[in-house]
Amino acid sequence: MMNLRAKSENIIHGVFLILGLVTVGAVLLITVYLIVSGIPAISKIGIRDFVFNTHWNSTGSEPQFGILPFIMTSIYGTAGAILIGAPISFLVAVYLSKVAPAGLRHGAETAISLLAGIPSVVYGLVGMMVLVPAVMNIFNVPDGASLLAAIIVLAIMIMPSVVKVSLNALDAVPPEYEEASLALGATPIETYFRVSTPAAKSGIAAAIVLGVGRAIGEAMAVMMVAGNAANMPGLFESVRFLTTAVASEMSYAAGLQREALFSIALVLFLFIMLINAALNYFLKRERA
Amino acid sequence: MKKKLIALGLCAVMALGALAGCGSNSEEPSGETGGTVATDGSTSMEAVIGSLGEKFMEENPDISFTYNPTGSGTGITAVSEGRCDIGLSSRDLKDEEKDAGLEATEVALDGIAVVVNSENEVSDLSMEQIKDIYTGKITNWSELGGADSEIVLIGREAGSGTRDGFESITETEEQCAYRQELTSTGDVITTVSKNPNAIGYASLAAVDESVKTVTVDGVSPSEDTISDGSYKIQRPFMLVTKADSQLSDAAQKFFDYATSAEAAEIISGAGAVPVAK
Repeated sequence: MMNLRAKSENIIHGVFLILGLVTVGAVLLITVYLIVSGIPAISKIGIRDFVFNTHWNSTGSEPQFGILPFIMTSIYGTAGAILIGAPISFLVAVYLSKVAPAGLRHGAETAISLLAGIPSVVYGLVGMMVLVPAVMNIFNVPDGASLLAAIIVLAIMIMPSVVKVSLNALDAVPPEYEEASLALGATPIETYFRVSTPAAKSGIAAAIVLGVGRAIGEAMAVMMVAGNAANMPGLFESVRFLTTAVASEMSYAAGLQREALFSIALVLFLFIMLINAALNYFLKRERA
Repeated sequence: MKKKLIALGLCAVMALGALAGCGSNSEEPSGETGGTVATDGSTSMEAVIGSLGEKFMEENPDISFTYNPTGSGTGITAVSEGRCDIGLSSRDLKDEEKDAGLEATEVALDGIAVVVNSENEVSDLSMEQIKDIYTGKITNWSELGGADSEIVLIGREAGSGTRDGFESITETEEQCAYRQELTSTGDVITTVSKNPNAIGYASLAAVDESVKTVTVDGVSPSEDTISDGSYKIQRPFMLVTKADSQLSDAAQKFFDYATSAEAAEIISGAGAVPVAK
């Protein structure tokens, strides 16, 4: 009997091991594939010309493959979305975790989950029909499709994940901390911001990184509101992100243009790796 | 635990099924009656190829017809690599593509309409004016008799058949200073319909009531003006095949069907202008 149980235990271990390896294998496969298909174009164009040239004209008679505008746009766009989205999400999480009555919290959480479930193309469509004309009219510019519109859409898109992860982190703060703080005479609000928040610091930081990851990787919604011209970023300028540069040209691309798109994907991949690594470093240093 | 295992098993079976599906697709025998016709390419040809394929399958129930809307460039690559039977292109083949052993057969003509917002007072533009607008020589609608506002140029992404067609006909290649480069005809129409300053271009078949189609040199785009050549901004719809190898029977049958006089009615029903009479 024991033998049988041990055997079945081993089989299940094996199954889980294989499934785990599938995930690792997928990451390795993607990494290797991106490097193999991304390197040729970079070496043909030259790394400096590729990364620091400000002109992208992939189908011209003298094609130019400078992706600095895309890199800068992705950085500005993501930073803008975090600047708007993260503080709002953080405050929402504090309110829902500590202040809101149970019924309201339940309702708000359902709504936030729903927001997370909306496909990005729907965000893009609403952005295109409502936000872009609104930006045009409010700021009195000839066309509303711009970096600003993309930042607003991204800020809304990252909110659900940032709220949810920060909420979990704040919920996990041991009640004794808060009780001690209240007993020492701190007001509830002081307690939430001076005691609960520092205790949930690493969780909130992780939430923001999740937001950065989502924002830098989003393509569809951004493609519909940003205008997609390969300009250097400006708030009311029509801009193209790293993701949209790949997505918008891939379907018709051929030859060196296609290879260059893979190289852009490689650069995007490196960016995401870099962000993750930087965050891990900061989190570890803080704990130590 | 048991339930989990069953779920895992199901996942594995489904994954295998998906893999098997891939395998059988690529190993489809060619040269048998019945069989399949795989087409791949231009998204602009969707309406035309969709209705041709539907009618063709109705008449040949033993042949299955597939259309993969990927874009002219991808379609041409797919046919040269043997991943599909017939490639669909909404532009002429480039010399390097002809050198690679491909040939193209024209099935239809498509007009590219120039569209503006319905609030715009401008309703006729000359070819010269269109060229000046897209190259940035004319930047304000007041220069064309419209309201005093900046012209917002809406175009398609690099490599798009519509963009290539429009720019080569208006001789504005590589000079267009687009404000927005959108990835589909629908996006162009929506954007133009939402912005009173915008001007865009789109396949005539896709243009609807939400935007205003301007006349070019006084000629309004229609089937008659496109086939007699008086409407200038038009491009061909091509079936691309390998010059040196035989099509499968099924694919040959579709090819003959699409270029027959019988198909002409279907093509014009889909908004394009048939070549075969």
